[in-house]
Amino acid sequence: MADKIATREAYGNALAEFGGIYDIVVLDADLAAATKTEVFKKKYPERFFDCGIAENNMFSVAAGLAATGVIPFASTFAMFAAGRSFEQIRNSIGYPHLNVKIGATHAGITVGEDGATHQCNEDIATMRTIPGMIIINPADAVEARLAVEAAIKHSGPVYMRFGRLAIPVLFDSDYKFEIGKGVQMTEGTDVTIIATGLEVEQALIAKELLKADGISAAVINMHTIKPIDEAIIINAAKTTGAIVTAEEHSIIGGLGSAVCEVVSEACPVPVLRVGVNDTFGKSGPAKDLLEVFGLTAPHIAEKAKAAVALKK
Amino acid sequence: MEKERNKQLKYIANDVRVGIIDAVYSAKSGHPGGSLSSADIFTYLYFEKMNIDPKNPDWEARDRFVLSKGHTTPGYYSALAHRGYFPVEDLKTFRHTDSYLQGHPDMKGIPGVDMSSGSLGQGVSVAAGIALSAKIRNKSYRIYALMGDGESQEGQIWEAAMFASHYKLDNLCLFLDLNGLQIDGKITDVMNPTPHDTKFEAFGWNVITVSAHDFEQLDNAAKAAETCKGKPTVIICNSVKGKDVSFMENQASWHGAAPNDAQYETAIADLKKVRAEI
Repeated sequence: MADKIATREAYGNALAEFGGIYDIVVLDADLAAATKTEVFKKKYPERFFDCGIAENNMFSVAAGLAATGVIPFASTFAMFAAGRSFEQIRNSIGYPHLNVKIGATHAGITVGEDGATHQCNEDIATMRTIPGMIIINPADAVEARLAVEAAIKHSGPVYMRFGRLAIPVLFDSDYKFEIGKGVQMTEGTDVTIIATGLEVEQALIAKELLKADGISAAVINMHTIKPIDEAIIINAAKTTGAIVTAEEHSIIGGLGSAVCEVVSEACPVPVLRVGVNDTFGKSGPAKDLLEVFGLTAPHIAEKAKAAVALKK
Repeated sequence: MEKERNKQLKYIANDVRVGIIDAVYSAKSGHPGGSLSSADIFTYLYFEKMNIDPKNPDWEARDRFVLSKGHTTPGYYSALAHRGYFPVEDLKTFRHTDSYLQGHPDMKGIPGVDMSSGSLGQGVSVAAGIALSAKIRNKSYRIYALMGDGESQEGQIWEAAMFASHYKLDNLCLFLDLNGLQIDGKITDVMNPTPHDTKFEAFGWNVITVSAHDFEQLDNAAKAAETCKGKPTVIICNSVKGKDVSFMENQASWHGAAPNDAQYETAIADLKKVRAEI
């Protein structure tokens, strides 16, 4: 694990990199310095359009661009994309299935000091209800870069979720990424931890904690929440008989819910969810908040033990 | 505009209005009031102004149209049908379960529809996005949009107004159907959005005010919009809600209601009378 990089940094860098290969256009709503689209802006100012603090207009403008064959990346904080502009995304982008890419940064509680109003723990839930929407939540900078390229190549709306906090790089440069294909990070026999975003790192640490207690945990990186990789989930349920999900998102409507939906219909086994427990966030350093909201490895390990205990 | 052409357009607009009544009557739902007030604007755009090819609805170089007041599909579909995008008889399937003519515009399933819409406030932004796209790609087609007056109560309209002016989208021409009524009553009683002219001027737009029911005025305004450089244009169209159907004129209650059998007969008779007087 080398240097720590925030996935929003990787997002901005990827836009600038792929902007030289693909004819993309980038929109932002006065947050280019924070979403890191400014990296693209500096390189391709003629293809960057600031929309000012008017997100609803921005997403509808993106729809218009896409309706005429342009590939727009529309960026703002997750709260203002999936929250404020849910309806623009649903009606002007989702319903006509337009080729708009949404780069939503500052997702989850690791926004940190800005506190609850800016900590979006609901975006996966709202975006997941839109038919045809792809949702990608990268676990590190390598995956974030590959997600951007995959989004460009995919025809249709894509919601990408990026974080503010610098996190370790988990993958090598030859890592292969495919939309909708979960990644089996490690094998295990007693329980499977299915994690997404920065929780993948915590899941890998939790696996080691569990090993010390004699529990063998598999870890899956579920970078795509929609469409969810049903096969890898069903296989996990069958081979380990218990699942723990881990996400920096509300336990309502996100990865945990998506996994429960698959497991309950196809192969019922205990599924316990680690996530923000139906509560608003609060101000504080991101690292502290992960602990306060129960999102660190020890919490995942505890849930894993509880899941194992529930096995028949 | 030639007198004869003006007369032709009046006949077409009358046909479009009959289509509106047919569609809403067969659907037993829909929005006749605002469709009738916009009927001449639809007719002008689709039969006179826009560079389009009904045989090739996806022609890349065509002018684009976004119906921001998406509920007035009866007027929009009737104009498209009469222009040849799909059979006029299909208007009688409007809003039916097995029909492609959805209650609000659906670009995926309806020939000639350039953008899905219906949730008020978003269409002007979408039109601005299309206009920006044309600028980026050096395309010469023009972008037309139609919004309602009640719709100007949506904050996003003014976000779009700021955006289109900021990026100097002079290829965008917005029609505002000012019929003065919305579901709950007069726009000035419900939530007064007037004056529209000085508001748009303050946002940096070229503003022209016309009668929505005068093709000569619509034509002069749309031509003036083409020659205005560096600014988007809004054409504020003073209209009569329910125009040409006696019992619907200036009645907010006909915003979103369908005529019964007797009312249908009266409406068709009214439109025949109007036709005879052209």
